Amino acid sequence: MVKITIEQLDVTLGHRRVLDKIDTAFASGTLTGIIGPNGAGKSTLARAMLALVPASGTVRIDGEDVAAMPRGQLARRIAYVPQGQTLHWPLSVERLVGLGRLPHLAPMSRIGDADTAAIERAMARADVLHLRHRVATELSGGERARALFARALAVEAPTLLVDEPLASLDPGHQIDAMVLLRAEAADGALVIAVLHDLTLAARYCDRLLLIDQGRVIADGTAAAVLTAERLRAVYGIDAHVETGGDWPTITTLGRASG
Amino acid sequence: MTFAIPRPVLIAALAGLAAVAAMTSLLFGAVDLSLARLIAAATGDGDRVASIILFDLRLPRALLALAVGAMLGLAGAALQGYLRNPLAEPSVLGTSNAAALGAVAALYFGLAQIHPAVLPLLAIGCALVSLGILFLLAGNAESPLTLILAGLALATLAGAGISLALNLSPNPFAAMEIMTWLLGSLENRSFAHLWIALPCIAVGMAMLLWNSRALDALTLGEDAAQALGTDLRRTRFRLLIGTAIGVGGAVAVSGAIGFVGLIVPHLIRPLTDRSPSAILLPSALGGAALLTFADLGVRLIPTTSELNLGVVTAFLGVPVFLLYLMRERRLW
Repeated sequence: MVKITIEQLDVTLGHRRVLDKIDTAFASGTLTGIIGPNGAGKSTLARAMLALVPASGTVRIDGEDVAAMPRGQLARRIAYVPQGQTLHWPLSVERLVGLGRLPHLAPMSRIGDADTAAIERAMARADVLHLRHRVATELSGGERARALFARALAVEAPTLLVDEPLASLDPGHQIDAMVLLRAEAADGALVIAVLHDLTLAARYCDRLLLIDQGRVIADGTAAAVLTAERLRAVYGIDAHVETGGDWPTITTLGRASG
Repeated sequence: MTFAIPRPVLIAALAGLAAVAAMTSLLFGAVDLSLARLIAAATGDGDRVASIILFDLRLPRALLALAVGAMLGLAGAALQGYLRNPLAEPSVLGTSNAAALGAVAALYFGLAQIHPAVLPLLAIGCALVSLGILFLLAGNAESPLTLILAGLALATLAGAGISLALNLSPNPFAAMEIMTWLLGSLENRSFAHLWIALPCIAVGMAMLLWNSRALDALTLGEDAAQALGTDLRRTRFRLLIGTAIGVGGAVAVSGAIGFVGLIVPHLIRPLTDRSPSAILLPSALGGAALLTFADLGVRLIPTTSELNLGVVTAFLGVPVFLLYLMRERRLW
């Protein structure tokens, strides 16, 4: 059971306050979608949770301040896939996934049997076993996203933090990615995903955290968060929110007038 | 698909190649010595001339070629991994040029005449000063671009200083001496040079090899690397200090030898799984072999005066660049 608690989190980049007094908490077994318009502070919130940006306030994981935690220790507790994940060298998929074991390796040691087993499990879960010898930079967008996801799974951390995992994926692969995240949460992981697709977020997430201008605007189930009025106020769009089914579906009608 | 040679096989093969290069380097030179005479000299039963040639001339030269080549190859591989740029080499950080400027200053002001150690020490000192300025210029930014820009500014400044020294050179002989040194050479190097360079190279190589995991993590970019437990500040500190000390020490005794740090990782990479850590040690061994063979080449190629090492490595660099270009254009 993992719990991440964020208290009074402020982030100022340059002269702009990107996050403004964020207070929230996340618990194991749930898939939380962080949503909001461009520049709302979603990715900065994700980065602040890993102490990757200078911040005031606190982020605690199981009561421990992440800013004071050694990097290696934090790396074993939160697996992270950044936005627009790049791959600078043409590694094979297996080697790429193997990078996920770096936080577990003692200095000057090599990958052991336990690491190899974790890599196999991660590749199986993300369905990239058949791609293991392919060069990751030569894969299609969907295959590559799965390989990068497998890299994060190989960490076998209790928390999974993914920033815009659906970017550049076609609708089928978007659903595959959300099903994977859902499965991780169902298996007890604490999963947080920064998302733009509101309908997919509503369909798969247990909880949505709507952020705008660095502040939490709404927090709760999709039905509670995604209202037409809120979408108009935050995204500046007119949208029809269909609430009759198991989850709300959103049809964007156009830019909000007036 | 990737076609990596198993790491132990690759390392053994490259170590063997470097050993062959060193043995060949001992066998050939300006004076024709038979293998029997050399073996006799090596076992202490040889004649005085053969002993002097072997122990005072060829052995330190071969050992320096191995050490300098290993340092340059490793520094190139580590910097390419750190900057995530296949065109990076030690000169990108301005280290080589700064060390060269220190050596040129020693020659220009006649300080090199005071003691043989003055020139290399000044070169190493300048490399370290340039590193300090590099840290000041680049600040805390973790982006490789900032570091490259700061390094280029330093390299240009050091290059301008070298040009100034050549321009204002008091006489053509001084200019010629500076020029010869800038083209790189291992001619007439003794064990004294080796003892100056070796500690620097050993420290530099150890600091660079220590970064192998961080370099692998950086394949995924700075944020992901940190999220995988990499301390970027420490990595940068070790990498830059290691390069400055190691390359500074190497350049201090061999002069400026370009392209080894650039071409060796390119030759090695296709034989590995292409991760930055996988090319570090093989690049050191490959660099050692390449520079030793190149140094053998300058002795064996018939020219009126002995070729400079930097000239040979520059010529070797051209086909590698072309190969890379052809691969980029998918012509090969």
